[in-house]
Amino acid sequence: MSKIESRPTDAPLLQVENLRVGFGSRGQVEEVVHGISFSLEPGRCLAIVGESGSGKTVTARTLVGLTGDRSQVEADRLELNGRSLLGLSDRGWRAVRGAEIGFVLQDALVSLDPLRKVGAEIAEPLRIHDRGERSERRRRVIDLLTEVGVPEPELRARQLPHELSGGLRQRALIAAAIALDPPLLIADEPTTALDVTVQAQILALLERTKERGRGLILISHDLAVVSRLADEVAVMRLGEIVEQGPVERILRSPRHPYTRALLDAVPAAHSKGTRLAPRVAGAYIPAGDPQVPALAGRSPIITAEHLVKAYRGPDGRTRTAVDDVSLEIRPGETLGIVGESGSGKTTTARIILALVDPDSGNVTLRGKPWTTLKERDRRQRRRRVSVVYQDPLSSFDPRWTVRRIVDDAIAEEDHDGKQARLKRVKELLGHVGIGADLLDRRPLQLSGGQRQRIAIARALAPQPELIVCDEPVSALDVSIQAQVLDLLADLQSELNVAYLFISHDLGVIHHVSDRVLVMKDGRVVESGTAEQIFNSPQAEYTRNLLAALPRLERAEPERKAVPA
Amino acid sequence: MSTTPSITHGGALEAPPRRRVPWRTAVYKALGAILVLWAAATLCFAMQELSPGNKALAILGGAGARPPQAVIEETEEKYGLNDPIVQRYGRFIGNLATGDLGTSYQYKQPVTSLIKEQVGPTLVLVFVSTLLAWLISVPITLFTAGKGRVRSSMGAGFEAFFAGVPPYWLGLVLLVVFAFELGVFPVTGGTSASALFLPALTLALPLAGFLGQVTRDEFERGLKQPFAISARARGASEGEVRRRHVLRHALLPGITLTGWAIGATISGAVLVEVIYARPGLGQVLVNAVSNQDLPVVVGITMLVALIYVVVNLVVDLLYVIVDPRLRTRKEVV
Repeated sequence: MSKIESRPTDAPLLQVENLRVGFGSRGQVEEVVHGISFSLEPGRCLAIVGESGSGKTVTARTLVGLTGDRSQVEADRLELNGRSLLGLSDRGWRAVRGAEIGFVLQDALVSLDPLRKVGAEIAEPLRIHDRGERSERRRRVIDLLTEVGVPEPELRARQLPHELSGGLRQRALIAAAIALDPPLLIADEPTTALDVTVQAQILALLERTKERGRGLILISHDLAVVSRLADEVAVMRLGEIVEQGPVERILRSPRHPYTRALLDAVPAAHSKGTRLAPRVAGAYIPAGDPQVPALAGRSPIITAEHLVKAYRGPDGRTRTAVDDVSLEIRPGETLGIVGESGSGKTTTARIILALVDPDSGNVTLRGKPWTTLKERDRRQRRRRVSVVYQDPLSSFDPRWTVRRIVDDAIAEEDHDGKQARLKRVKELLGHVGIGADLLDRRPLQLSGGQRQRIAIARALAPQPELIVCDEPVSALDVSIQAQVLDLLADLQSELNVAYLFISHDLGVIHHVSDRVLVMKDGRVVESGTAEQIFNSPQAEYTRNLLAALPRLERAEPERKAVPA
Repeated sequence: MSTTPSITHGGALEAPPRRRVPWRTAVYKALGAILVLWAAATLCFAMQELSPGNKALAILGGAGARPPQAVIEETEEKYGLNDPIVQRYGRFIGNLATGDLGTSYQYKQPVTSLIKEQVGPTLVLVFVSTLLAWLISVPITLFTAGKGRVRSSMGAGFEAFFAGVPPYWLGLVLLVVFAFELGVFPVTGGTSASALFLPALTLALPLAGFLGQVTRDEFERGLKQPFAISARARGASEGEVRRRHVLRHALLPGITLTGWAIGATISGAVLVEVIYARPGLGQVLVNAVSNQDLPVVVGITMLVALIYVVVNLVVDLLYVIVDPRLRTRKEVV
């Protein structure tokens, strides 16, 4: 790929001045983007970073005129290649979309029409903008798929989206967005929900479009992803750009406290054993020493030996989801399991929770049989192991109040009587930093962070020795993630509860774990202390994973120079 | 679609997705169909047993007739009415399995030939009205769903109204307006095409209402899906997004509903045939019920069950045509 020196351009590709976007009907407009300005030159990448509700996605959609009927867009200037986009008719916008601005929507997994062939989706912009005959378009689709690095493009073009992996779907989406080689490409969270190795490939692909002299706007919540690709970063919060500047400057010496908080909230090597978020109330207490020395001597809560679980796929072939996995969890420690999707992390957790029977191997709880028991005999011991899921909303009954959700998990033998139970509910909510004012709320009336706190309170209710946390922070914004991770650390030091912590996020795993298992295709490829795994990985797979991980290179001055 | 060779999947080995004939599914479906028919037959038999009145009397001319006792006994003997229940049940199922629906008490001719004479107009009516329902509901969905509050409410209002209207009332209204007042269509007219329109419309409008309600929901959901927004971001016009992307998704629940609706439409056809004095199974059934002509009632019931089963097999097939995901085997994720 030839690298074009970014030529000094007079006119920027995109110029946005004092952009305001609101929603609502006459008189009742709620503004969500409050006068932001930025510009972009060809061959450069601007990253707009922010958490949910920051207005970043709305900003991106405004640039292609897809904010919906109830939106009101105002700006002093909104120009693409010197031509104003303000007040474009529907027809005018349609001419711009796809041809002059390529847009890669958030949610790669559902952004392709599940009932249409991948090739038809990629050919769509060509068809809409009348480029070429049918056969010509077909050839172009194959070229595009090749260009974005999809193997066997002829076959892929004939397949349906569900037959493609997440990474391939994202490539296909990008192929559709660059089909007409638009001068501006906007990618909204292009790597979210993708495994790290795939994420790295997608970023490399986007980098190539940038090198071809196209402008790139990257929308992301993830500063680490952004640091790889962006030349400029704009940090958005509540509809405003709080800080904007070259990427090194923002990452190395952030000026705005919010940018600093965002950077601090990212769990990684340097954050281990420290708090990620400023304490909401009360004094600053450092989390417990991560290397609790006395751990080794205590007898394990859970011992799993040679677990094997195979599933019969819909094609009739069996697939081994968990293949000879052994592990031990001791009181008060955190065992992290890290791996990409399909590596068998969750199946392992389900076996340990005795929700799935292993085909062979067994799990003992406190040295006594666990997976081999009948469910009836297991029930009274179930309280020793509880669980927190990724999406608390789907694990709550939406009609139940917070009080009922937590109350339901309190064993009758522990607290009998209405008053005693209410007291316990309040106590549990106190542990997770939820006030009594939320007792009568229902799950839909809570924020994502509050829901996860309540899920943790519910998991604590039966006084478990072990909590299985299956991707507990993956759906949360970094700052909320930071608070929840801090909370988990506090609870561990207060209550000496052990965690089996499952995540695809290496930074999170590094931050929370005492010991780590790295899983791939159902097998444990490497295990050891967090130090060993992250500082001197032995297995090649682990090394690849760590290499693919976008990092915030805040201290090392090794980033390549960005053309001025 | 052509066959697909084996594929690799981001480097990992995957099962080659072959498009072979799904025999296992086909066998299960066939077994399921037989089970449904058997259950329907058993229910019919039970109803026959539980229905009041002397069957020999019904055969001999209904409640009004006063045949001598000897004749009654002779008839009971002839029809095997006094055999043990197990024997009668076995004979009943055996006859059904060989396609013998017995002899009509009333007309003294085989039920199969009676049905054969009358089934044509009814089937025509049912299928034309189902088709008409689709022809009415799809454009309404396409032109009103997600098109602003006024149009959406109009579409939804139309659907709710017709879904709720009783067919006999609708039939009478259509008859009065189009046949008596405007004189556009004949009041009755046998099986001619113009005589088909009003009865078919009577059945189609309520069905179109139901269809519209389910397709509208799915359609409006589809319009907000990321894939629809992606299509717009490629420059697709709203019409293209609707026709090329969203409509197909919205058809799926409609197809499922149609499977149920055809069964229901056959019962509706009975009423409509009486209102419009159309020939068909409806008239036959009404006569049979009022004269306790049990073999005819059972025969028609079994026919409806059979149509139900066949239609649902067709629906499964249609589903595979509209939803190509069902054609290939799912990848192991």
